[in-house]
Amino acid sequence: MAAAVAAKRSGVKRVLILERDHDLGGILPQCIHDGFGTFVMKERLTGPEYAERYKAMTAESGVECLLNTTVLEIGHDRSILAVNPSQGLLEIKAQAVILAMGCRERTRFQILIPGTRPAGVFTAGAVQRLVNIEGFLPGHRAVILGSGDIGLIMARRLKLEGVEVVGVFEIMPQPNGLTRNVVQCLQDFQIPLFLEHTITMIHGKKRVEGVTVSRVDRERKPIPGSQRFVACDTVVLSVGLIPENELSEKAGIVIDQSTGGPMVDEQMETSVPGIFGCGNVINVYDLVDYVAYTGETAGKGAARFITGQLPGRNPVQVTTGPGVRLVVPQQITPLRVTETVNLYQRVEEAGSNVRIVVKNGDEVIASRRERAVKPPEMVTVKIPPEKLKSISEGQVIQVEVETKGGPV
Amino acid sequence: MSTTANLTCILCPMSCNLELVLDGNRVVQVSGNSCKLGPAYAEKEFINPTRVLTTTVKIEGARVSRLPVKTDGEIPKSILFDCMRELSEVKMKAPVKNGEIILKNVAGTGVNVVATRSLT
Repeated sequence: MAAAVAAKRSGVKRVLILERDHDLGGILPQCIHDGFGTFVMKERLTGPEYAERYKAMTAESGVECLLNTTVLEIGHDRSILAVNPSQGLLEIKAQAVILAMGCRERTRFQILIPGTRPAGVFTAGAVQRLVNIEGFLPGHRAVILGSGDIGLIMARRLKLEGVEVVGVFEIMPQPNGLTRNVVQCLQDFQIPLFLEHTITMIHGKKRVEGVTVSRVDRERKPIPGSQRFVACDTVVLSVGLIPENELSEKAGIVIDQSTGGPMVDEQMETSVPGIFGCGNVINVYDLVDYVAYTGETAGKGAARFITGQLPGRNPVQVTTGPGVRLVVPQQITPLRVTETVNLYQRVEEAGSNVRIVVKNGDEVIASRRERAVKPPEMVTVKIPPEKLKSISEGQVIQVEVETKGGPV
Repeated sequence: MSTTANLTCILCPMSCNLELVLDGNRVVQVSGNSCKLGPAYAEKEFINPTRVLTTTVKIEGARVSRLPVKTDGEIPKSILFDCMRELSEVKMKAPVKNGEIILKNVAGTGVNVVATRSLT
């Protein structure tokens, strides 16, 4: 919606949203907790409220929508094949396409938990939908695997609804979600967090009867003899999100292995000209505001593409240096830059009193000091457009983490 | 005699680790904050922690069976479960508008519970 509104406001005559669900907003309507929009809206909203704000803007700006519509294919030539119950098969020829499919949860079968296959193993998002939309509780006694944000939020949610939450088990030595969620969701409700622990077996015939949990060593391998049985009837998985790119891959779009999403440039344009992307389909962001910002960038970029105002690409690569796990965008064409470019990055490991620096050769073109950085919390660095003017073809922009004693 | 306590500030994603110096039930000094909101948060969080409660209530006649709601102000952390009990009795009928009051003065707090989604 952010992308559609931005495209429309930038002068694109017709903008169409193709939505698989019966309502706009994606996952937001089931994210009933608050804390959304502290940057964009300057207030703390719940997910449904945030979605409604954008729905109002979408309607007001004259963006068209097709609900209950599933896109089957996106062509290299920006043709779209979609289907819905009222119109059947639809062929749409677009001048520009913006991908906004979001991400998917990893399931039990992507992390290979041994054991039987009883009912009662859910992803956190599925539990969220059951509880917040459909009105069912998944069970009576739950174990949560993984400390991703949705897992932490569902730990609190289940506890509030009267479910006994035995604990959150996290394989890593530090929590995987935002600190505020660890505080507000676990500490507030005395839900224990077991770091360096994982589930090594699921037990039960028809329904989950319990899990075996083990401590893990530094290589994340279970430590023999550390296992214990924990009785429960529900296992909630919060073990990571993956950008949803089945359509993008079929369209021949280049995927970045570190983000799991399409490689994009400063306009959020993918490797295929005229196909843009925004939000979690590009990279899993931790704040909805970042998703909205990238949508705005993509919408404006698509508008410039359609109106022929976007110069050809002549990209400089943006690479990850010491201490940086991933960066978006991965390319910048200096000639196309008219506004501040936001670089989003995730650090490799936690650190304090660091400086995130963006370098072109030895020259620092942008930097940001942080008292503390953690892998689950993205850091953004703004590059002013004038700093990019002098960069020419073949040069490389590198992002790195500098601690007081120099690079990590 | 003064003692110390640690709190994680949750006002923004910075998650500052606040160090409180306490004198009995009084906060005398706060450090570790990176903005001016930190000390006020620490004091409030230590003496009277409050939260916005977000949950759902039953709704009939809509496409979905739960209506998301929130308290339109912060309520004491200690009575979250009392509010949940009161809200479990509430049954709404569609249509409901986002922002509509669902329950007045929840658990005697003077705070209202409002809808956070329009459902028809």
